[in-house]
Amino acid sequence: MVELGKIFVSFFKIGLFTFGGGYAMMPLFRQELIEKRKYITEDELIDYYSIGQCTPGVIAVNVATFTGYKIQKVLGAIVATLAIVLPSLLIIMALAGILNTLSDNQIVAHAFAGIRVGVIALILKEVIVLFKKAVATKFQISLFFVVLFLLFCIHLSAITVVLLAACAGFIKRFGDK
Amino acid sequence: MIYGLLFWEFFKIGLFAIGGGMVTIPFLFDLTKKYNWFNAEELTNMIAVSQSTPGPVGVNMATYAGFQTAGVGGGIIATFGLVLPSVIIVILVSKLLSHYKNNLWVTEIMAAIRPAVVALILLAGFELFKLSVIDWVSAAFALVFFLMVYFFKKSPIFYIILSAILGILLRL
Repeated sequence: MVELGKIFVSFFKIGLFTFGGGYAMMPLFRQELIEKRKYITEDELIDYYSIGQCTPGVIAVNVATFTGYKIQKVLGAIVATLAIVLPSLLIIMALAGILNTLSDNQIVAHAFAGIRVGVIALILKEVIVLFKKAVATKFQISLFFVVLFLLFCIHLSAITVVLLAACAGFIKRFGDK
Repeated sequence: MIYGLLFWEFFKIGLFAIGGGMVTIPFLFDLTKKYNWFNAEELTNMIAVSQSTPGPVGVNMATYAGFQTAGVGGGIIATFGLVLPSVIIVILVSKLLSHYKNNLWVTEIMAAIRPAVVALILLAGFELFKLSVIDWVSAAFALVFFLMVYFFKKSPIFYIILSAILGILLRL
């Protein structure tokens, strides 16, 4: 029960403080789940994102469900999911009436513009940390650059590149055998 | 009745929008043609608002669209409908994954997917960069901020609040 409470607080905090969702949430996931609570490892976080990319639904929610399940099975999954969604529910519905006028407000607009720039720095730091961890072998380094090329030049979708990388891993294992 | 319909429509979006929050946008535009819940212009506002309020964008949009259509109950129902399919699927995948965690095929494939995800995150950062770094002030801000984030280990929450304050002071 205490554990469930902790799960709830962690994910509520993540839901409350990330703007943009998805990858922008990764620095908070790392701080809260890996560094502070030690619920999951670095590799697990990346794996959840990889799978979350290919399963239906919002990625951040999928990552929350995965982590919750890992800590406390089905009950943990449900609590984590509810907790990450709750700040959105409360904030959007509380502000819905004034939100359209709020985004016209100059000070609010400056603050959000600042946050968008700040989030870029956080994401870039995340890429560096993950690169050191997940791109280790020659095979992984070449995969990284091939995928980067495919994303920037041919504009393949996220799900396509994840599936292609999975095929590459499959073929490599097949060749190694 | 409207609740049942909202639940069903958002359940379908949750089931078919693969690849994250922004993927729900085309599905939401379909809703504007199918029902008179909200029009395309209102939807555009919803997207802008959902991106600038906390939380996953996909969830924010579902809550907003549901609320716009049928009040507080609508907001809750639409969010619940959006999230339910992925919760069920992720729990099933989790069960499978913990069963096959030590299978060499699975570990090899996951090791190949990880570099692809790192590249995807870099792309997300780049897209945001194109959108938000529009002049010298914001470029300098981005550079200084990155050096701070890289060298001083503070909570991301600290940096998000700081960047909001800097945004106001610099009139970004």
